[in-house]
Parts: sequence; C-alpha cells; structure tokens
Amino acid sequence: MSTRSFAIGLGSTPKRVLPGFGLSLGISLTFVSLMLLLPLTGLFGQLAGLSLAEYWTIVTDERVVASYGVTIGAAAVAAIVNAAFGLLLAWVLVRYEFPGKRLLDALMDLPFALPTAVAGITLATLYSSNGWMGQLLEPLGFQVAYTWVGIALAMAFTSIPFVVRTVQPVLEDMPHEMDEAALTLGASDVTGFRRVILPHLWPALMTGTGLAFVRSLGEFGAIIFIAGNMPYETEITALMIFVRLQEYDYVGASAIASVVLFASLALLLVINIWQGRFIKRLHGGNG
Amino acid sequence: MQRIGDAPTVRRLLIAAAVLLAALFLLLPLVAIFLQAFARGVDVFWANISNQYTLAAIQLTLFIAVLTIPVCLVFGVALAWLVTRFRFPGRRILQTLIDIPFAVSPVVAGLVYLLLYGRNGWLGSWLDSYDIQLMFAWPGILLVTIFVTCPFVARELIPLMQAQGSREEEAAVTLGAPGWTIFRRVTLPNIRWALLYGVILTNARAVGEFGAVSVVSGAIRGQTNTLPLHLEQLYQDYNTVGAFASASLLALIALLTLAAKASLEWRAARREVHA
Amino acid sequence: MSIRLQHIGKHFGRTQALEPVDLDIAEGELVGLLGPSGSGKTTLLRIIAGLETADREPGGRILFGDRDVTHLHVRDRRIGFVFQHYALFRHMTVFDNVAFGLTVLPRKQRPSSGEIRRRVHRLLEMVKLEHMAQRYPAQLSGGQQQRVSLARALALRPDVLLLDEPFGALDAKVRQELRRWLRHLHDELHFTSLFVTHDQEEALELSDRVVVMSNGRIEQIDTPHELYRHPANRFVFEFLGDVNHLEGTVRDGVLTCGNAHLAVDLTDGPEELLLRPHEIELAERPRHGAQLPVTVTAISPVGAEVRVELEADWLGEPWLATVSHADYERLALTRGAGLYVLPRRWHRFPAERDRLPSRTAESVS
Repeated sequence: MSTRSFAIGLGSTPKRVLPGFGLSLGISLTFVSLMLLLPLTGLFGQLAGLSLAEYWTIVTDERVVASYGVTIGAAAVAAIVNAAFGLLLAWVLVRYEFPGKRLLDALMDLPFALPTAVAGITLATLYSSNGWMGQLLEPLGFQVAYTWVGIALAMAFTSIPFVVRTVQPVLEDMPHEMDEAALTLGASDVTGFRRVILPHLWPALMTGTGLAFVRSLGEFGAIIFIAGNMPYETEITALMIFVRLQEYDYVGASAIASVVLFASLALLLVINIWQGRFIKRLHGGNG
Repeated sequence: MQRIGDAPTVRRLLIAAAVLLAALFLLLPLVAIFLQAFARGVDVFWANISNQYTLAAIQLTLFIAVLTIPVCLVFGVALAWLVTRFRFPGRRILQTLIDIPFAVSPVVAGLVYLLLYGRNGWLGSWLDSYDIQLMFAWPGILLVTIFVTCPFVARELIPLMQAQGSREEEAAVTLGAPGWTIFRRVTLPNIRWALLYGVILTNARAVGEFGAVSVVSGAIRGQTNTLPLHLEQLYQDYNTVGAFASASLLALIALLTLAAKASLEWRAARREVHA
Repeated sequence: MSIRLQHIGKHFGRTQALEPVDLDIAEGELVGLLGPSGSGKTTLLRIIAGLETADREPGGRILFGDRDVTHLHVRDRRIGFVFQHYALFRHMTVFDNVAFGLTVLPRKQRPSSGEIRRRVHRLLEMVKLEHMAQRYPAQLSGGQQQRVSLARALALRPDVLLLDEPFGALDAKVRQELRRWLRHLHDELHFTSLFVTHDQEEALELSDRVVVMSNGRIEQIDTPHELYRHPANRFVFEFLGDVNHLEGTVRDGVLTCGNAHLAVDLTDGPEELLLRPHEIELAERPRHGAQLPVTVTAISPVGAEVRVELEADWLGEPWLATVSHADYERLALTRGAGLYVLPRRWHRFPAERDRLPSRTAESVS
C-alpha cells in the first residue's frame, strides 16, 4: 500500500482522470497537519511532563469531579429533552402544512447561527429572577438561572438543531408506503408510529441526540452566564479548564482538557461506529 | 392520502405544541435581545454602539472574519475536491479528521493553541526569540477562529459534490479542458450556492466564536477584544443594555445568516421543481 | 368477498383523477386494472383500499359483500395491499414483517405467539421463503421481497387483496415467474383480487376480467378474450397491441390511398382502418381486391415469430407485420424486397366521440 500511495502522492498515476490531485492533497494535508494536528501535540507535550499519579490527582480533584457530574448530568438531561422536542419539531415540519411553517423551519438554525455568548447573556437575562421567564417560573418554585436547570437549558438551546436537522431529512425520505403498509395491516396511529416510524428514525434520532450530547459536554459561552458557576454545584468542566488557565496552571488545564477531549472523541467514534452498523443492516449486509 | 398522525386533532395538537415550544424556547430569546438593546431608547443604543471600545471590537471582529473566510474557502474546496473526486488510502481518515473542530470544546481548542504558541509552548518560545507574539494578540484570535470554522465549507461541499459525481468533469476532460477551466466552468457553477452557504456559516461562526477566542485573546479592551468578548465584559460590568446593544449586532448577523439559508434552500427547491 | 363500487370519483384539487365509476367484482375473481399512467387506475385501487378518500358525492358507495366500507378507515377495511416497491419494514426481519399485522391486532383478537409463529411459517412456506425468515429485507432480491410483501398482506386473511403494479419494479424474467405463481396462488386460495398494471400482456395473461382505463374513465370491462376480439373503442384496441393504420377514401366499395387499393364493404367517404401485425399476410403477388405494395425495411426474429417492418409511399408511418418462421423462409424475405400486403382482418372505429358500435370485418378473399 505504501508504495502505491507514494506513487499516487506524486500525482503521476495515469488512472486519475481529473486534474488537481497533487494540489488539493497538498493543501489539505498541510492544513490538517498544521491547523488541526500540530496544536494537539502541544497538549500532549504539556502532559508528557506529568507522572500518572500526578495526572490522576489533577483530574480526580474533588471540585473537578463535581464539575464532571454537573456537565454530564445536565448534558444528559438536555439531550433527552432535545430528543423528544427535536423529534416533535422534525415531525411537525415534515408531516404537516401550516402557516408560518417556513419561518419555524428557518428558526431551527438559530442556535447554530447565534453566537453562544449572545445566547448565554440572553438566557441568563430571561431566566434571572427579574427576567420575563424567571418572574413567571420562580413563584411556581422553579429556579432556573444559577442552577443546573439553567445549565441544561443553555445546553438544550445550543444543541437542538442537531436533533432536528438529523431527523428531518430521514423523515422526509421515508416513503409514504411505510405508513400505508402499516395502516393496511391494521395498525393504529400509536402502534404505527411506535413500531414502524420510530424504528425507522431511530438511527438518525440517536445520532442527532448523541451529537447534541457531545456538543453540550464542550459548550462554554452559552452556559457560563446562566450557570452561576458555584464550585461543586454549578461549575462545568469547560469552566474548570478556564479557571486553571487564569491561575496560570497550564498543566492542570491541560490534564482536564485531555479528559474532555478524549471523552468527546470517544463518543464521536462510538456514534460513528454505531451508525455504520445500523446503516449496514438497513441497506444490505453485503454492502 | 392516509398517513399516520393525520387525524385533525392529532395534527392540531402537535403543531400547537411545536409552535408554542419553539416560540418560548427559540423565538423569545431572539426578541429579548433586541428589546433589551433598545430598552433605554435608540439614543442609548447608538451611544453604546458608537462607543470607541465597541467600535474597536467590531473592527477586530470583522477583520478576523475577513481573513478567516478565504483560508477556509481554499481549504474547504481543496479538501472537498480531494475526497469526492479521488479515491486514495486514508481518504476516510481525512474526512473524519476535519470533524475534530466540531467535537472539541472551544475552550480546549483555545487551550491547545495557547500551549503551542504561548510563551511556554515549544513553537511559541521559538517565535518569542524572534520577538513574534501570536497569543494575546490578533494572530492568535485568527488562528483559533480558523480552527473552529474550517469544517464548514468542506462539510457543505462534500455531500453535494459526492451526490453530483464527477461525470461532468470527466466529460470536460475528454473535451480537452485544462484543470482550472474545468473547475471554473464546470464544477463551480454546480457548487456555488453550497459554497456561498458554507461561507455564510463560516462567517457566522467566525464573528461569534467565544470560548476559544476568550482563551487566547487576553481581552484587552480596544485591542484584542472581539465583539463577543466585549459584550461579556459589559455584561459582567452590569451594563446590560450595552451588552445587548453589541449582542443585537451579532444577532442581526445570525438573522441574515438564517435568511440567506432559507432563500438558498428555496432557490434550490425551485430549481428542482423546474428540472 | 365481492366488491361493488357505485358512483366513485376523485378530484385532486381541480383535476379530475377519476370520473365517477361503477364497478362490480365477483367473489373470487382476479381482475386487472389496465391503463397508461395517469389513467386513474392506481387512484381507483387506492380508493378501494381506503388509502384515498373518494369525492363526497350522493350515491357514492363502496361495498365489500354486504358491508358498506365507504366511510371505513383503511385499517378497518380488512384488505391486503401489495405495494409496487414492496414497502417492507426495513428494520424488521422477514418473519416480523409477515407477523406485523397479527401482532398489532387488539389484544383480545390477537392469536397466541405460538399461533402467530405457526401462521407466519405457513405463509412463508407458501411463498417459498421459510429459510429466509430471519433475514432483513435488504438481504433479499426484488422478487423475494415482493413475495414477502404478499405473504404479509395475506397474513390477516383479508377479504380482498389489492396489488398496485406488483411486478412493475422487477425484471422481465422474475416478473413472468411471479405472475404465474400469483395465478396459482389465487386459484388455490380464491381470494378476491384486484391488481393494477400498465402492461397489457400482464393484464391479459393474469386476469379473469380486465378493466381498461384511460383519462380517469373506464373504457371497457371484459374477459381478456372478448377484450381482444371485440374492443369497445379505438383506445382499447390501440392500447392492447401494435396497430397499423390505413387511411384513405372509399368510393364504390374500394378504399384508395395513393397507389394502394383495398376492396371494402363500406359507404363512400374518408375512412381509417386499423390492422394488427398478425392479421396481415405478406405475399409476392397482389390478390384480387387487395393491391397494397410495400417494401421490407427491417427484419427481426423475436421468439416464435419474425417481425417485419414495411414502408411504402402511400404509408404515413411504417407498418409492422409478424410472420411465422415458415413464411419467412418461404418468402425468402430480405431487406429491400418488394411485397404485397394481404389483410386478413381489419377494424374500424368510426365517429369515436359518439361511441357508436365499432366494427370488425373479415377481409374478402
């Protein structure tokens, strides 16, 4: 393989019909190495000076562990809420016609387009005790701002498009014969949805929810304003890295960052593998 | 046509639920931004915008975006061309690698750059000996912004170019067109809208990046403060109206991004109908 | 169970997909709905299934036996429906697909899981796929998928089996095989079935009776034999096979067209005669009363017969004749050879719009 790829690398193989292989490969590899991979070496360089015990001490520091709990817990709640809410939105956008549908559809991308800091201060203002939502919810006993609920809310806001935009195209491509087949076989709406439609959407829904979860784990800007950032209670892991940096504790920051990095990459890998397996089954095992 | 969930009551109930939730969850914050920005009237809004630090932040933000876009454009087009027009070992890995910026927390992204190019980093200390400082200055902001935005153009182009296949380019080759002509006259017209949308997304993210930038910027007012960092400072100083004035500018860019997307999609759908 | 439609029509927006039709299908009949695309045949089938609702018109009714199902939801009509593209549930095994209808029955009517297993296996045996029970649809060929789809539709022992272009997506050989197999299955189980097709050969081969449709209208309902021998109108005639046209003017019992003449028993005036390719003979010499000179332009042996393309100055469009291999050799046909056509039969459909009885004549020899 290596000799072949080397020959190809020179862009001289007659098999390539289209031009530009060498150039595009050069640009892509240079960019990926310099911009994506090289910086990651800095992180490992920083960690290389650390013994395993020291590393362990840093990443299992009580306050840091509490931040894992807050981050994962809130991200999980946000992901689950988004799975339901995202499914509802995708369903309504694909299956029904109603005035304002295009507007609603466009609105779905807002969390991606809106800078996270803007989302952060807006949510913090809305849900603080004298904000519009806060005034409404607090008398009912719901404290959102400066609690983990606020963190989950901010996470849900920034990651809802992942679910909607992953489920939507799959639902659109689902042939109407699937519904009709279920109905001709006597299925009720609920049974048909549960046994035919939901399994069809399941891979997309899980992927979208997984991506939303990963995004929530790393989210920073949208959360720190509404979180209150109380140590042990409403401090997220991304903030812990930031705090260490402000203390000029680069080693500590790197160690915690490596945990976040590995968790995200591992999750992404799991999502990819899982998705691949599912797709294989639906589109033929020999493919 | 009979479909599951078509009963009028079910339909109305679900639409109502979706609209209500979307309004509360998505629309209300958007409205709140502008209402807060103008809470003390247009004059105060203008005073906040024309404040010298705000203007400096706007300037820096636009400067960074203007530099980021061409870099991402070249990289995105090159990568998309590479992975959709050729098969070679490592193609899948390359495609996975460009998703790294999406998976990495922005704070971590900022951190890795700081570690590498900071005064203690191995590249940074070497640059430092030549008196070049990248971190806590605009080049650092530019670097991390490129890092977080580089997948957008490629991600828009790859699925499209994959779906279109390379038949048209191959036809052009058989007709004797040279490489650049093929790209300019055959490929580009087919991908221009996706390309444009990729640029719009890159821009939206470039002007709005917060986490990564806040790590490497140092946030010196009037010098290394981008608009998102500036509004954070205002917010922390309890200048809510000032913060929301800056936020409204960013929200406006976000709205333009959404409008651009909607119109591009509409255009694509219309072309499909005509085809 | 018999099916009876009374005054059933359908509009999509402002276009009329189906003019109000009446249709009676006897119990145990296998009926084909034949027509070009856009003729309303699929709409009609889907209305019977309950997948589309017919226009609300006074007197519009659908009856299955004595049961009025006009306003019944599709899930309560007890029909089996086979889709053109199979519509199997991709995330379920073959077994689960076939079992689906049984497992979604209300608990009181649902058979025990053992009973379900037994019934599904019997169905899979019937469609010769019992060894595939644990496969997923994506692992099956098109023909196998369609058989699963059929087994799934039959699992609930429907009163009526409806098939929407069931073999349309399959290649010619598999289609042929499945067709024969469906006919056998139907003869064995005697369910009432109705299938849609745009392939006249399929309709004629498979059906007890054929409903020919065009432009949202029923043109003719008849047995395949009657349909072919006595087409009700020109559309049916032309749709059921290749047609040669002969246009000319009749005077004193002779139709003239350029330098061609044919003796016909018709009154004077312009006429158009239609001739099937197998209803014309080729000869080296004209016959009394038939002077139709042609030139052979193409010869292609297709199966049991030879298709010969003919041209002449007096012909607007080339004619097609099918001759036996014996005749082909006897005449020593070559491209460019000059021959004469001797019509055995011809048909005419005068005053099409008034729907006057058409006429078929044996040619005078």
